[in-house]
This record gives sequence, structure tokens and C-alpha cells, in this order.
Amino acid sequence: MSLLHLAILSPLLLAIAIPLLYKYFRQIHTGWFVLPLPIVLFIYFLQYISLTREGSAMIKSIAWIPSLDINFSTKIDGLGLLFALLITGIGSLIVLYSIYYLSKDKEKLNTFYVYLLLFIGAMLGVVLSDNLIVLYAFWELTSFSSFLLIGYWHHREKSRYGAQKSMLITVFGGLAMLGGFLLLYIMTGTFSITEIISHSDQIFTHSLFVPALLCVLLGAFTKSAQFPFHIWLPDAMEAPTPVSAYLHSATMVKAGIYVVARFSPIFAEDSLWLSLVAGFGIVTMFWGAFSAVKQTDLKAILAFSTVSQLGMIMSLLGVGAAAIHFEEIDNSYFTVATTAAVFHLINHATFKGSLFMVVGIIDHETGTRDIRKLGGLISLMPISFTIALIGAFSMAGLPPFNGFLSKEMFFTGMLGVAEMNILNLDTWSALFPIIAWVGSIFTFVYSMIIVFKSFTGKYQPEKLDRKPHEAPFGMLIPPLVLAALVIIFGIFPNILSETLIAPAMMSILPGFSFDVHISFWHGPKPELFMTLGVAVIGTILYLTLAKWRGVYGLLPEKLALNRFYDEGLEKAQYGSFRLTSTYMNGFIHTYLVYIFTFFIVILGTTLFVKDALSIDTANVAPVRFYEVILALIVAVSAISILFAKSRLTSIILLGAVGYTVALLFVVFRAPDLALTQLVIETVSVALFLLCFYHLPEISRSEERIRFRMTNAVISIGIGAIVTLIALSAHSTKLFDSIAHYYVENTYEEAAGKNMVNVILVDFRGFDTMFEITVLGIAALGIFTMIKLRLARRKEG
Amino acid sequence: MKTNDIILQTVTKITVFIIILFSIHLFFAGHYYPGGGFVGGLMTSGAIVLLLLAFDMKTVANVLPIDYKHLIGIGLFFAIGTGLGGLIFDAPFLTHAFTDVNLPLLGETSLHTAVLFDTGVFLVVIGVTMTIIQTIGEDE
Repeated sequence: MSLLHLAILSPLLLAIAIPLLYKYFRQIHTGWFVLPLPIVLFIYFLQYISLTREGSAMIKSIAWIPSLDINFSTKIDGLGLLFALLITGIGSLIVLYSIYYLSKDKEKLNTFYVYLLLFIGAMLGVVLSDNLIVLYAFWELTSFSSFLLIGYWHHREKSRYGAQKSMLITVFGGLAMLGGFLLLYIMTGTFSITEIISHSDQIFTHSLFVPALLCVLLGAFTKSAQFPFHIWLPDAMEAPTPVSAYLHSATMVKAGIYVVARFSPIFAEDSLWLSLVAGFGIVTMFWGAFSAVKQTDLKAILAFSTVSQLGMIMSLLGVGAAAIHFEEIDNSYFTVATTAAVFHLINHATFKGSLFMVVGIIDHETGTRDIRKLGGLISLMPISFTIALIGAFSMAGLPPFNGFLSKEMFFTGMLGVAEMNILNLDTWSALFPIIAWVGSIFTFVYSMIIVFKSFTGKYQPEKLDRKPHEAPFGMLIPPLVLAALVIIFGIFPNILSETLIAPAMMSILPGFSFDVHISFWHGPKPELFMTLGVAVIGTILYLTLAKWRGVYGLLPEKLALNRFYDEGLEKAQYGSFRLTSTYMNGFIHTYLVYIFTFFIVILGTTLFVKDALSIDTANVAPVRFYEVILALIVAVSAISILFAKSRLTSIILLGAVGYTVALLFVVFRAPDLALTQLVIETVSVALFLLCFYHLPEISRSEERIRFRMTNAVISIGIGAIVTLIALSAHSTKLFDSIAHYYVENTYEEAAGKNMVNVILVDFRGFDTMFEITVLGIAALGIFTMIKLRLARRKEG
Repeated sequence: MKTNDIILQTVTKITVFIIILFSIHLFFAGHYYPGGGFVGGLMTSGAIVLLLLAFDMKTVANVLPIDYKHLIGIGLFFAIGTGLGGLIFDAPFLTHAFTDVNLPLLGETSLHTAVLFDTGVFLVVIGVTMTIIQTIGEDE
């Protein structure tokens, strides 16, 4: 086990210790015990920068299930390192924030930090695994820990609803992804991502390639809240704000981005990948931004904004992956797109994290997140306002913050789509920059809403539960750090380009050389005018918000995706209930009809499909007079049972059948059977009479069996099928009977002359042993059923 | 009116022994002629049932103070014990052995462990039938 493995597993190990620490150090906030770990991990991961900036990677592997090619192999390269740094870096800040956010006395901190540590470990495992199955295992662990964290306040119904929703959607995608992974294994014969990438040109033409691609994308899209799977994210906002900030803006929702980036070298050979990733990304970007403006809850705005930003990164990755597909054309656009994707990934984590934390502070200090109740907090919470301003302006894409740079590059990439027509969508490509631009306008509008609706305007103390004031300093440190990063990355973007962005791009687009040039962001290019347009139109739209808000009412409630989900879930439950109650109606009669129908259909089909029906009379013994008589008696008595008026007649007719069968045994020379049959028939008829005698009075009204067509058809069918099978089986004897052995050896080997008895007690005594056991169990069963009448004893 | 079962009871007293003898015959003849533990056991219980019909349950319980449920266990023990016996002699489970012994009175006789097994069957069958009939008969 290398240090890297230990780093991944350390949060899980610490999680074991947390409940003890919580129990025995009640005076200290449990978060303080957690805090050192992500910091140490962050520093640990920082040292790998020197390794990855050369474009090299480190793989460490320990055997887990080597026979199935499942090994806990970890790989640290540019992309993995970038994510690992995000996870541990933001993780440290979140833990610090949560120490001030969650009350030591009111909350169950032990569970919170156990879940959080599970999540950190799982997330590190996802981004650093080189084995598909291990990746999937950690992937599901993120889903589960996220489920637990969303439902942290499990006494609230909305938390439970949100947790369930996110669970259903992400696990749905996760399972699809597992399917994709298995298909990849079938195609390449290995679970190692590195090896699969080296085989990527061979699997391109494989028939399973497209299914694998779709399955993996489904997993990535559900996790990263892409349209139309984004609906779980706004409902996940019921989680405590540190969780929302960490999971639902910076880390978990980027797991899908990670998977898309990681698998681009494999799948981007196919243009389907490009159009799906870019297409769904841009739609998500627009839809998220458009929906965010409608929200009145700050966290809901941020949730939709996260959806939108994730869509933006996704579409950039899709465009960037075109470099692999189109090797002949100039790849400067793709380079820009991929750079923008990676850069915006970092930027989004910084500004969204800080915005979430500010929203958490507002919530914490005022008791509400509703923008209709908030306003005029600027003078009360100046530091929070500053942070929110920086974060929101960066999100809107305004200079001099980092969001401006990535938004410019986003436009460059999208213009590239239109210009190069790379997605083979002809005129559709032209839509990309337009949608991107319109989406950015909405982004601008909701960014302004977040800042100005809550901090400026009229202060409404009467609507607030408590008297707001600035947050404690400890709570302000994490957003301040992130806001500072927003500015630093905005002004000095190149401190990232060499160290993190270029190595990450080498992992996404292997075999390309990069000259990451974030620095030249000045110059009158179309992108600049697009940004200007965004700012101008965005400002106008923001100021006239009240006038055009009615637009949102135009979308009928029926088409809303949430309604689709809710009704789908309800219909699925109701439908399966209906379905089950139609065929599981509780009547034994119905179940027998099913069983017999299947019997007829399956055996009948087999008989005809296999062409097994054959009637050969060569081996038939001559029919004798006695047999005909006895068979007639059996048939007549059996048929008479159906028409018998009274039960007594039926019982006696049944006895007649039994005794005739005993006679048949006599005729067919089976004395043992005849003896036993006679005695047993007597006993069972006596038992029938007993049952008959004890029937309750009310239902004693004796009437004939009612005729039902289905019953008649089924019973005739069963009889016919069994007869046909018996005849066919008799006609096709494939080998001799083994009876000769018994005939020859009964006396020699077993010293007996009654062959039946010798077989019963000697050759196959094992069966007899258990048959008498069955008899014993039956007797004891009857004894207990009659003697042990708990229900009646209680009554009496 | 007090019924008098004198004929039934007298006939029963004689017949029961004939039935029991017949059942024992069936049981012992099983290896060579039709019969065996199963039919033998059924016949024996038939004899006891006849006693039950002619007399009442209490009388029969006095004459035959047997808990028939125990018979099931003893019978199963016989059957399984016979099987396990084979294991002692390093043979597979339920391997039977037989030998011809010259017994006084009976002369040359074949002794067979399968008879022990059949005894198990015999006892279980008596136990089962009698348990069922007695339980149902006692039930109100």
C-alpha cells in the first residue's frame, strides 16, 4: 500500500474514529478533529504538481480481486490531481465553515462528519482510481454519502424527499455507468482506464462501442445534473449549506465532468460523443440559467446556476474533445475550449463555493433565504456583501474576476463550433454561440439578483425572525479565501495555466501539445463585444425584471420536469400496484389457472417446436380384456365425480377409482403396490369422510360443480398435453431400461427375492429413509395442528 | 338405550391376533414375497384401529400403553442407525450386509440388516397412522 492509497483511504479511516472523538470530547467541536486531514491531504497533493506538470503520471496498484482484474490501482495525473486539489482544498474550507455553521449543542455532529469524511474519501477515490470497478465503487459511495448528507435533517419531509430524489436519479445513472464499464471490459478485456485509453482506436468500430458510450454518458449526466436529469439538484438544497457548497457546487456534481473528461480519449473518436456532450451541455447551460432567474430562494438560484455552469463546462468539454475526432484541422479552438473547461472548473469551484457560503451566512443571520424578504443588508453585513459581489460578478463574467476569462474563452469555443462546423450539424452549429450568449445574459441577470436583491434595496426587519448582523469571523474566513482566489485567478491566470490546467488538458487530450495562453485576454475580438452585450442587455433585463417575469408563467406546469418526475414515480408505484393486484388477486383458483396455462403453453410449444411429437405403436403391448374393463370403470367413476351432486358421492366415487387402480396393479402384476394402494385408499377415504362430516353447516348446501368454460378448456388441455407427452415419451425410447440389473442382482447382491422390497430397502433405501421421515413429519404436523390451537386458547 | 357390542368385541378379540399375525408375516416375508415394512405396519395399525372401534380409546391405551409419537422416532432411529452401521465397517452409508446363519429350530436362515431398516419403516408407519387416527379421534 502506497502513500497515495493511504491518502484516499484516510478520510474513511478517520470516519471510524469520529464517533469516539465526538463522544469523549464533547466540549470541542468535532469539526476541529476533522479539519487537519483535508489540509494535510491538500499539502500532500500539492507536491505532485512537480510530477504532473511534465505530463507524466504515477500509477500505484494493490491487488484486490486480481482474478477478476479488479485491483485498487490509483493513478495521479494532471486531471486527477486537479480534482484532488479541489476536493481537499475546498474540503478544508468547508470543514472550517461548518465548524461555525453547525451548532455543537443542537446538531448531531458525529453523523455529519462521518458522512462528510465518507464523501471526501469516496470523491478522492473516484478521481484517483485507474480501475473502472474501483471507480464505480467509489462513485456509488459518493451517491450514498450524498444521500445521507442531503437527508441530514431527516425530520424534515423536504430533506427526505430531496435525498430520495437525488438517490434515485444518481443511482440510476450510476448503474447505467456500471453497464458501460462492463461493456468496455468486454471490448478491451481490461478494467484499467490507462490500458483502455491505449486501446481506444481498436474499440472504435466495435458494435458495443455506442451502447458503452451512451451508458457512461448517462452516468455522467445524471451525476452532473445535466438536462433533463438536473431536477435533483435544486431539491438537494435541503442539505445543510456546507454540504450544498461542497457537494453540490464544487465536488460531487463535477464527478460527471470528471468522467466525461477522463473518458474523452476513449469515446471522442465518435462524433456522437461530441454532439451529445456539447449539445446537452449547452441546453443545460441555457435551461439552468433561464430557470435560475425565476427562483426566489437564494439556494435554489445557486442550484440552478450550478446546473447552468456545469452545462457550460460540459459543452466546452464536448467541443474540446473534437480535437481527437478531427485530427486534420487546426485545433486552436479546441484547445481554447478545453482550457476554458478546465479553467472554469476551477473558477466555478471558487466563486460558487464562496456564494454558497455567503448564502449560508445570510440564512444563518437572518433566518431566511427568500429574496422577497431580504434586502438592505449591505450596511449590516458589509464583508458578506463584498464576497457576494465578487462571486456574483465573477459568475456573471465581468472583469477583472476569473469568471470573465473563462466566459470569454467559452464564447471563443462556441464561436469555433459555428465557424468550423465541427459537429456536422450544419446550420445547427450556428445555434451554439447564440444559445451560449442568451444563456450568459440570464446568468448575468440571476447573478445580479443574488447580490442586489439581498443586499441592496429596502431593509425589511419586520419580515425577519432575528436581528441580522455580520457573521463570526471564523465563518467568514473560508468565503474570504475563495473570494481572494477569484480575484487572484482573475488577475494572474497564468499561475494556474502551467501548474494545473496544462497537465489536466494533457490527460483529457493525450498526444497533443499545449501552449496554454490565458494571458492574451485583451484585444477587440467578437468575444469582448459579446460580453459587452451580455452586460448591457443583462442590466436592462434585470432592471425590467418585474415586467417580463410573466414569461415563466407561460410554461405550463404540466411540462415541468419535476412534475414529470413526481408523476412518473407516483404512476410507477400506482401502476405496479395495479399490475400486481390484477394478477395477484388472492384466489387459488386464479393461480392454478396461471400454473396450468403455463404448463400447457410451455410444454405444448416445446413439443411442437422440438418436433418431439411421435406416436409409435410398435412397442405397445396387446390390450387385454381386464384392462379395458378396469380402465372403463376408472374413467366412468372419474367423470362421474364431475357431475356428482353430493360430496358423499364424490368421495365414494374417488374410493372406487382408488380400488380400481389397486385392481389395475393386480392386473399389471404389482402385488406390493396393490396391497399398499388398498390400505392407503381405505385410510384416505376414511379421512375424507371425516373432513366431510366436519364441514360447517352454512356452506353445506350441496350443489353441483359449476361449469366454467376456462376450467374445461384448461383441464382438457392438461389432459391432452400429458397424454401426448406420455405417448411421445413411450414412442421414443432412447436407451434400455436399467431394470435388468435389478432382476439379475436382487438375489445375488441383496439376498432377497421380492425385487420391489429389495429396491426400497436396499438398492435405493436412501429414498425410503426420507419418505418415512416425510410420514413422520406429516403425523407430527397433524398432531401439532390439532393440539396446538393458540388462537382458540387465547379466546378461551 | 344401552348398546351391547358383545359380538363385535368377541370377534375383535379373535380377529386382532389373526391380523397381527398376518401383518407380522407380511413384514417378515417382505424380502422374498409381497409385503414389507410398509404394508406390515399399515396392517398392524389396522388391527389396533379395530381394537379402537370395538373398545374405547382408554381401554386400548391401557392394553397398549404406547405413545405412538415415540414409535416414529424409534423407527427413524432404526432406519438411520442401520445406515450409519455401514459407515463403521468402512462402507458407504446404508450399505446392507447379510449372512446365512444356522439357527436352532429355524435351520438355515439368511440374516439381513435390511430387515432392521424395514423394522424402522414398520415402526414409523405404525407410529404415523396411529398418531393421526388418535389425534383426530380425540379431537372434539
